[in-house]
Amino acid sequence: MTEPRFFEGPQKGNLAAAYAAMDADIDVVTAYPITPQTTVVEELSILVGEKEFLDRGQKTHYLRMESEHSVGASLVGASYAGARTYSATAGQGLLYMSEMVHWMVGARLPIVVSIASRGLTGGAWNIWADYGDIISQRDSGIMIQFLATHQEIYDSILMGFNVTEHRDVMLPLFPAYGGFVLSHTAMPVKRVPWEEAQKFVIPKKDEWDHIWIDSERPMMAGALIMPQNFYAEFRIKAHEAQLKALPVIKDTMAEFEKRFGRSYGNGLVEPYMADDADVLLIGYGSIAKQAEDAVDTLRKQGYRAGALRVRTYRPFPTEDILQYIKKTKVVGVMDRGIAFGSPTAGALSTDIMAVCQRYESTRDTQIVPFIGGLGGRDITYDEQIEQFKILFELKEKGEAPKKPYKMWGTYWTGLITGPDKVPQGDEEYFGDI
Amino acid sequence: MAKTKIKDIILNPDTKREYFSPGNATCQGCGLDLALRWAMKALGPKTATVSPASCANVVTGLWPKSAPQWPWFNMAFAASAAAASGMKHGLVAKGKGDYNVIVWAGDGGTADIGIQGLSGAAERNEDIIYVMYDNESYMNTGIQASSSAPRGTVTTTTPYGKDQKKKNIPMIVAAHNVPYVATCSVSDPMDLYDKFKKAKDIKGFRFIQILTPCPPGWRHEAQYTIRQSALAVDTGIFPLFEIENGILTLSGKSKRLHDPTKRKPIQEYYSKKNQGRFKLINDGLLEELEKDVKEWWSWIDRHLVYQEHLEL
Ligand SMILES: Cc1ncc(C[n+]2csc(CCOP(=O)(O)OP(=O)(O)O)c2C)c(N)n1
Ligand code: SF4
Repeated sequence: MTEPRFFEGPQKGNLAAAYAAMDADIDVVTAYPITPQTTVVEELSILVGEKEFLDRGQKTHYLRMESEHSVGASLVGASYAGARTYSATAGQGLLYMSEMVHWMVGARLPIVVSIASRGLTGGAWNIWADYGDIISQRDSGIMIQFLATHQEIYDSILMGFNVTEHRDVMLPLFPAYGGFVLSHTAMPVKRVPWEEAQKFVIPKKDEWDHIWIDSERPMMAGALIMPQNFYAEFRIKAHEAQLKALPVIKDTMAEFEKRFGRSYGNGLVEPYMADDADVLLIGYGSIAKQAEDAVDTLRKQGYRAGALRVRTYRPFPTEDILQYIKKTKVVGVMDRGIAFGSPTAGALSTDIMAVCQRYESTRDTQIVPFIGGLGGRDITYDEQIEQFKILFELKEKGEAPKKPYKMWGTYWTGLITGPDKVPQGDEEYFGDI
Repeated sequence: MAKTKIKDIILNPDTKREYFSPGNATCQGCGLDLALRWAMKALGPKTATVSPASCANVVTGLWPKSAPQWPWFNMAFAASAAAASGMKHGLVAKGKGDYNVIVWAGDGGTADIGIQGLSGAAERNEDIIYVMYDNESYMNTGIQASSSAPRGTVTTTTPYGKDQKKKNIPMIVAAHNVPYVATCSVSDPMDLYDKFKKAKDIKGFRFIQILTPCPPGWRHEAQYTIRQSALAVDTGIFPLFEIENGILTLSGKSKRLHDPTKRKPIQEYYSKKNQGRFKLINDGLLEELEKDVKEWWSWIDRHLVYQEHLEL
């Protein structure tokens, strides 16, 4: 066997993604470049011809497509044939793929597409970390995970197929991580040895249970369906599959931990000092990981702060989140992405407010929405300390403090403002930006 | 090309069989129905079809019924060439590379919204057959003009007649230098059959355009479908040909129509008496349509003259 060119050491997030897809023994990868995803598909074009994989008889088809819409379509076509499929995209590419993203769900295809999240364009191009792209597909029925470290990128894509191809699930998974923050920086990453990966990853099937290509048993897919027929039931089935994915993700995480000794909470959420916390800061992505440092500092100062990272966002881990919210009465929720016109402007904070209404015990919880880091703006550790301080002030005084960057009930962390830059009128405000 | 006779089709149970079941939801006299039946006789059931949003998506079956007796996958409007590309690779990966993978797309799904995918798949020389059944408008959504509608066509989005000429799709596909490009008409099913038969055995990207009249869209009575498509050929408006590895050969009746004097006058086809969609045709438009036909044939001539030169 040829020695792998890379097995362990500092690795860029995008390359970790490419290796994970190969180690999951994908049959077909279809590709189109977009910053900051590009190096994923560049690397895969190399890896499909790499001796390490060829020696093992691994034959991965690499399709160089002419757009992301076509990437989505070709994944669908290949998956109809029963192939294990993977691709990656970001930002505008994901928007352009959107019609096919919804198609993957409707057709119940277990495709994995990783997203190097970036800002969306209209007013100005932006290619830096912002989850507005993946949030825009929130209601499409895909499973969405937010990843926080380089190692987690590798592990999550490897685990991904065990979830998507599980009989109870059969839905696509889109694991997302911050563009540049993780895609282009390097941190230690360890691959799973190929043989062990093959034992861990769900065995391949000749065809899926619900869709196949066989002239002896010809089937038609995508037919017109009338309102009085099963359209509604098929849609509800996909929602049911989302909910059924919750235990599958947990089990997959537990199995992974047993075999390889690494874990990310229970696969759904990752708590940090959350059990006895007076205030809790919930978030996702690498910013939520960074919040753990802020917790450490505050704990040293005698504040009982805690953090909760939402790793799986769709399906929404209602119980796993509420379990921690129940223990505290003051909860901050940090979104990195803007849901225009929604009650809080943040997708996660709106969701969390909604689930708190489900139970008597969480109905009086104070939820404080934060938004920041849009378009790749840094969220510093100091700013996170400040977020916690706001929560503690609310807890002690019963009222959330006024800040120049608090608007419409949401704190816009990291906004260009300050004593001299408070937005007085539009002109001054935008002049500052 | 060895010419298949109707007798051969009837005597062979594999070709006598109808793969596209009767009782499907096509209108009376639908050209697409004829085209699909004959294409499948040549391709056989080991064919996976990808079909973008179109009449074909609807008439093949209202869930849970389905008319095609072979694997059929409806697809998003712009996505069929890409989906078929992925499907072929997926099948090869799963050890089923012996399936034909074909796209069955309307003119809108080909000439307009699907042209990016078509060009991409042609450039990659994907091992698929792309079929454009050309009814010269968006029929599924209720007769709107596509870029493949001829000049003067009245549709629900061109109530005063379409100003632009028909887009020459075979020319665009041929510019990709793919192994096989052909045109056929449902008025000549044996020619259609032979072309599909030939395409089936070629590797790489193959493209077949079929003129498929649509009685409600063209506004003619159902029994005149064959007459319309035959007339389109006889007038030279829709030439039948094949381009194999760059070499163009006229086929069927079009062989002798290279000489314009042998063609029927185009007024016979473009007349309101013949097809209601041409109700606004006048002398000025006819003159322009005449030029459009000339242009089309001069593109064919460029091939023929060049090929003659090659043979010298
Ligand atoms: C993205 C998208 N845009 C528009 C439509 C609506 N639509 C469905 S079929 C169709 C027209 C199809 O026309 P054509 O390809 O010529 O096939 P025909 O119906 O004429 O057979 C349109 C516009 C759609 N399904 N998807
Ligand atoms: S509208 Fe035209 S193309 Fe569509 S089924 Fe009817 S005849 Fe055929």
